[in-house]
Amino acid sequence: MAAAQVRIPAQAKKGEVIEIKTRIQHDMETGLRKDSAGKTIPRLMLKSFVCKYNGTPVFEADFDTSVSANPMMSFFTVATESGKLEFIWTDDNNVAVKEEASITVA
Amino acid sequence: MSCELKSPGINRREMLTASAALLAFAAVGAPVREANATPAEVADAIKKLTNNAAVKPGKVALDLPDIADNGATVPMKVTVESPMTDKDHVKAIHIFAEGNPRPVVMSVKIGPRAGKAEFSIRIRMAQTQNIQAVAVMSDGQAFSGKKEVKVTAGGC
Repeated sequence: MAAAQVRIPAQAKKGEVIEIKTRIQHDMETGLRKDSAGKTIPRLMLKSFVCKYNGTPVFEADFDTSVSANPMMSFFTVATESGKLEFIWTDDNNVAVKEEASITVA
Repeated sequence: MSCELKSPGINRREMLTASAALLAFAAVGAPVREANATPAEVADAIKKLTNNAAVKPGKVALDLPDIADNGATVPMKVTVESPMTDKDHVKAIHIFAEGNPRPVVMSVKIGPRAGKAEFSIRIRMAQTQNIQAVAVMSDGQAFSGKKEVKVTAGGC
């Protein structure tokens, strides 16, 4: 349904604050628009996002209709240990899109 | 066009009433979009999301363009002043739009693991309006920042 991309540094020093960039293809249909025939286009939004660092949530977001289509987001986290970062977007129908990235912390 | 042959006078009148009705429709029926949120609705939403905390201005910086050409995608950066330690950090950041169909734009939950209370995203704006960010701190205090953005073409 949706293609997601994430970018994090491959390596970081312990304690360093790293920037994470994410992007996902999604129409973010608000349910407020009408098509040319005057019929309401049904709502289908990504409603939430979470970034987990080795299983611990470090950044969570809830979206409402004012978030643009194909949401691109950047945020920060402290590089605490080597491991895996998981990125999960969930839509109105509880369909989740997952992406992963690994980091080496020295 | 059969009636035109029978009685052109009536046809002319019909034409006039029809075009008058059309004009009236254009004047009244044009804004199909649903009503936008009001500053009062935003104030209510803020109370709800901050647990009725007294929101003080300061500590929150909203980086948005002064003029947005395309309301469908307006870049926004939010930065909150905070040491982000275990004892003193930002717990949540809520974004509000006074002139969009729905008053709440998004809510972010963070903590000391973020290292830095800052994030960027793109938002939709229906019209010229104030965008407000409210940060809730670990001690329950709430701070807000505001920025007016002029929107040339709305995008909701």
